Amino acid sequence: MRTGEAVAGSVVRNATEAWARLAAFGWLFGLALAWIAAIVIAAGSADLLPLPSPTDMDMLARREAPSFAHWLGTDRLGRDMLARLVYGARISLTVAILAPLIGLLIGGALGILAGYFRGGLETLVVGGVDVLLAFPPLVLALAVMAYLGQTLANLTYIIGILSIPAFTRVARAATLSVAKREFILAARAMGATELRILLRELLPNVILPLLAFFLLAVAVTIVVEGALSFLGLGVPPPAPSWGGMIGEGRESLETAPRIAFLPALFMFLTVLSFNIVGDTLRATTDPRQGAA
Amino acid sequence: MLGFIATRIGYLIPVLIAVTLLTFLIASLLPGDLAHAMLGDQATPEAVEALRRDMGLDQPLWWRYLNWLVGIVQGDFGRSFRTGEPVLGAILARLPVSLELMLLAEVTALAISIPLAIHCAAHSGGPFDRVVTGIAFAKLSIPNFMAAILLIYLFAVELRWLPATGYVPFAEDGLGNVRAMVLPALTLALAEWPVLMRVLRSDMIAVLQEDYITMARAKGLKSRRILFVHALKPSSLTLITVAGINIGRLIGGAVIVESVFALPGIGRLLLGAIYTRDFMILQGVVLFVAAGFVIVNFLVDMLYAVLDPRIRHAHR
Repeated sequence: MRTGEAVAGSVVRNATEAWARLAAFGWLFGLALAWIAAIVIAAGSADLLPLPSPTDMDMLARREAPSFAHWLGTDRLGRDMLARLVYGARISLTVAILAPLIGLLIGGALGILAGYFRGGLETLVVGGVDVLLAFPPLVLALAVMAYLGQTLANLTYIIGILSIPAFTRVARAATLSVAKREFILAARAMGATELRILLRELLPNVILPLLAFFLLAVAVTIVVEGALSFLGLGVPPPAPSWGGMIGEGRESLETAPRIAFLPALFMFLTVLSFNIVGDTLRATTDPRQGAA
Repeated sequence: MLGFIATRIGYLIPVLIAVTLLTFLIASLLPGDLAHAMLGDQATPEAVEALRRDMGLDQPLWWRYLNWLVGIVQGDFGRSFRTGEPVLGAILARLPVSLELMLLAEVTALAISIPLAIHCAAHSGGPFDRVVTGIAFAKLSIPNFMAAILLIYLFAVELRWLPATGYVPFAEDGLGNVRAMVLPALTLALAEWPVLMRVLRSDMIAVLQEDYITMARAKGLKSRRILFVHALKPSSLTLITVAGINIGRLIGGAVIVESVFALPGIGRLLLGAIYTRDFMILQGVVLFVAAGFVIVNFLVDMLYAVLDPRIRHAHR
C-alpha cells in the first residue's frame, strides 16, 4: 500500500528526474529556451511595455545612435528601433507559430491516415505532396502573395499550406514505423474501433516527432516570412517585421549599419534557438538514435 | 535499366501535368479577376469586360487551360501584358545569368564542404569536427538575405574590394563579370555548404567503418588516398542526391540574391513581374521554374541509378 509520503516522495523524485533530464540537454538548450521565452513574452506584452510607438516618424531624429530616449537608436525615418524590434517579433512569431500549425494539423492528419490505411489514399496523398514539392517554395509563396494581396492572414495561409508536405512525410514515416507493432494488433484484437486505435494508440506515438519537427518548422517559417518581407512582399509597411527592417536597413549600410544588423541579430538568435530546441527534441525522440 | 527509366517517366508525366494545372489554377481561381487586377480599382466595368474578352477570360476554364497547355507544348508561353515581349523569350534571355549564379554557388559550396567533411569524418568527435559542425549548425540559422547584407557590408562598404550591386555580361568584360558574381555566388554557397557538409560527413563516418576501408588500411594505403578515393566515391552518390534536392532551395535563394545584387536573372524577372503585376510573365516563370525543377530532379534520379546498380534493381 502506498502511503502519502511515498507518493509525495515519488513526485519529488519525478520532478528532480525531469530537471536532471532537462539539465542533460546542456546549457545551450537552456539558453535557447530562455531566449525564446524572452521574445515571446516581450512580443505578447508589447502593448503594456513602456515603448515608444513603432510607426511614429521623427524626421529630426533620423538614424540616431542609441540614447536614453531611444535605447537602440532610430531608423532612417526616425522610428524607435527597440519598439520596432519588439513589435516586429509579434508579427514574425504570429506567422511563425500559426503557419506551421496549419501544416501540423492538415499534414499530420494526412500523413497518419496515409500511413495507417495505405492503399489508394496513400498513393493520392503521396502524389499530391510530390506535386506541391515540385514548386520551389519561395517562388510559389511569392506568386500566391502577388495574386492574393499582402495581408498577415494570406501570409500565414500560404506558408502554412507550403509546410503541409513536410509534415505529411514526417507523420507518414512515423506512422509506418509503429502501425505494424504488437500493441496496435492487440488493440484491434480486443475490438477497438479504427478511430480509437488512431487516436489512443497511434497518435501518442507519432505526436512527439511531429512536435519536434514543428519547432524546426517554426525556425524555417521565420526565415521564409523574413525573406518575403525583405523583398517587400510580406506584411505591408509601416507595420514592422524583422525581414522588412533588414531590407530597409540596407539603404543605410554606409552610414548606420546598426539599422540592418540589429533585426538580423534578433532574427538569427530566434531562428537558432528554435533550431537548437527542435533539434535536441528530434534527437531524443528519434528511434534510430536508440534509447539514449 | 529500361524498366526503371520507364517507371520514372511514367511518374514524371503526371507530375508535370499536375504542375501545369496547379500553375494555371493559381492564376485563375484565386479571388480577384486577372483583368481587374491588371486595370486596378478605378477601372470601369466596361473596360474590365472588354479586357476579359480580349484575353479570352470569358471562355470556360477547361477550354482556357487546354488552349494554354497546347501553346506551352509548342513553346508559346504567351506575351507580356506590359511590353508585348514573348514570355519564353524573356525567360531564356535571363536564364544564363541565373544558371551561372547557381553553378558558381554550387561549385563553391562543394569546394568548401568536401574538404571540411572529409577532415571532420576522419577525426569525428575531435575538436576540429565539433567546431566545424557547430559553425555549420549556426550557419543554418542565417538566411541568405541576411548573409547578403553582411557580405555587402564587409566586402563592398568596409573593405571596398567588390561592387555591391550591378551586373556585367561576360562577353563584354570577363573580369568585371566575375567580380560582380563573387558576392552573389558566395552568399548562396554560404547557405548551401552546411547542408552538404552535414550529409557528407555522416555518410563518410558510416563508410569509414566498412570492411573494405579496414582492408585498404591493412594493405598499408596512405590515409589520404583512402579518404579521397576509397571513401569519397560511395559518398558522392549521397552528395548528388542532396545537391538535387537542394536545387529548389537554390532557386528560391537565387530570387533573393538576384534582387539584392541587382542581377538580371530569372528571379528578378519574377519579382519585376510581381511588382508591375505582369501576370503572363509571372505565370510563365512559375511554370518554367517548377517544370525545370521537376525535370532536374528526374535527371538526378536517373544519374543516381546509373551510378548505383542497387537502386535500379530495387525498383523492379
